[in-house]
Amino acid sequence: MNSNSQIRRWYPFVGPHDPCEPMIVRTYVVPPNQYIPFQPMNLPQFSLEEALRLGTLWPALYSPYQSKCGGGSY
Amino acid sequence: MWVYEKKLQYPVRVSKCDPRMARYLAEQYGGADGELAAALRYLNQRYTIPSKVIGLLTDIGTEEFAHLEMIATMIYKLTKDATPEQLEKAGLGPHYVSHDSALFYNNASGVPFTAAYIQAKGDPLADLYEDIAAEEKARATYQWLIDMTDDVDLQDSLKFLREREIVHALRFKEAVEIIKEDRDQKKVY
Amino acid sequence: MSEQPIVCDKAYYAKLLELQQLDFGLLELNLYLDTHPHDHHALQQFNYLAQQRMQCAQQFEMKYGPLMNYGHSFSGYPFQWPDTPWPWQV
Repeated sequence: MNSNSQIRRWYPFVGPHDPCEPMIVRTYVVPPNQYIPFQPMNLPQFSLEEALRLGTLWPALYSPYQSKCGGGSY
Repeated sequence: MWVYEKKLQYPVRVSKCDPRMARYLAEQYGGADGELAAALRYLNQRYTIPSKVIGLLTDIGTEEFAHLEMIATMIYKLTKDATPEQLEKAGLGPHYVSHDSALFYNNASGVPFTAAYIQAKGDPLADLYEDIAAEEKARATYQWLIDMTDDVDLQDSLKFLREREIVHALRFKEAVEIIKEDRDQKKVY
Repeated sequence: MSEQPIVCDKAYYAKLLELQQLDFGLLELNLYLDTHPHDHHALQQFNYLAQQRMQCAQQFEMKYGPLMNYGHSFSGYPFQWPDTPWPWQV
C-alpha cells in the first residue's frame, strides 16, 4: 500500500496488564469531503469509465480504502 | 411514482462461496445505518424540508434503493446455493429455520429492522445533520465489511458503495449551507 | 415460465457497463446540480449525457429487451418485460 494521505494515526495508551498483544498504532480515514464545505464549480473530472469504477465523478472527492484482509489494489 | 429499471447501478460480482459474508452484509440491508434505513429516512424527511433541498433528498433516497438492490444481490449470490449445513456453519442456522435462504430485513445479528432507526424532526438542520451522520456511519460500516473479506470482486462493489456515502455526505453538507444562507428565498407577502 | 432468450455473453456485459457508466455520470451530475442549479457548464454536460444515454439505452433494449416497466420502454411480442434475467441474476 502506498502512503494514503487520508489515513490518520494515533497511539493508544498501553496498559501494564492488558491481556492481549497491544495494538500500538490505530488508524482511521478522513475522507476529502471533510475539507470541502461546498464543492467548487469546474473541478476536474474522471472519465465515465473511471467514475463508475471509483464511485465518483470527481477526483477531489475520491477516497481510497484498502482491506485489512488483503486483496484489492485501491 | 417510481419506475423500475432492470439493471444494477454498479456490477456486483462475487467470486467466493462465503455465506458468512452474507450474514455480515445484512448490516447494510436491514441495519440501523443500512441502505433501507437511508432510503426511508430521506424519502420521508423530504415532505417537511424546505423546497430548496427536496430534490436532493428525493434523488439520494432513490439512489439508496439502488444500493439496497446491490446489497440484496450480494446476499442472494452468497446464499443461493448454500446447504443448510453451510448456512449453519456461517452462523445462519437461526436465519435458516425462520427464512430458509430468503432475504430478510434484519441486521448482522439477526435483529429485525425497525423504524426507530430513523428520525424525522421536522427541523431542517436536525434532519440534515442526522443524514450526514448516517452517511458517515454507513461509510464506516462499509470499511469494516471490506476488512472482513478477501474476495477482491466483493471488495470492489463495497468500495463503490463506500465512496457513494462520502459524496452523499458532501451533498447534505451543501444542503446545510443552502438552508443557512437562505439563498434567493421567494418573498411572499 | 419464460425461457431464457437473453444470452449473457460478452457483448451483453459490455453494453450494460456502457449504460451503467453513462447513467452514473448523469446521477453524479444530478446530485451536484441539486445543490449547484446555476452551474451552466455542468448542466450542459448533463443534457449532453442524457442524449447519449437515450441512444445507448435504445441500442441495449433492441438487443436485450425492455429496461423499464409501465410503458417507459417498448416491448416485442410476447411481452418481454417479465423475462429473465433480473439484475441480481446476472
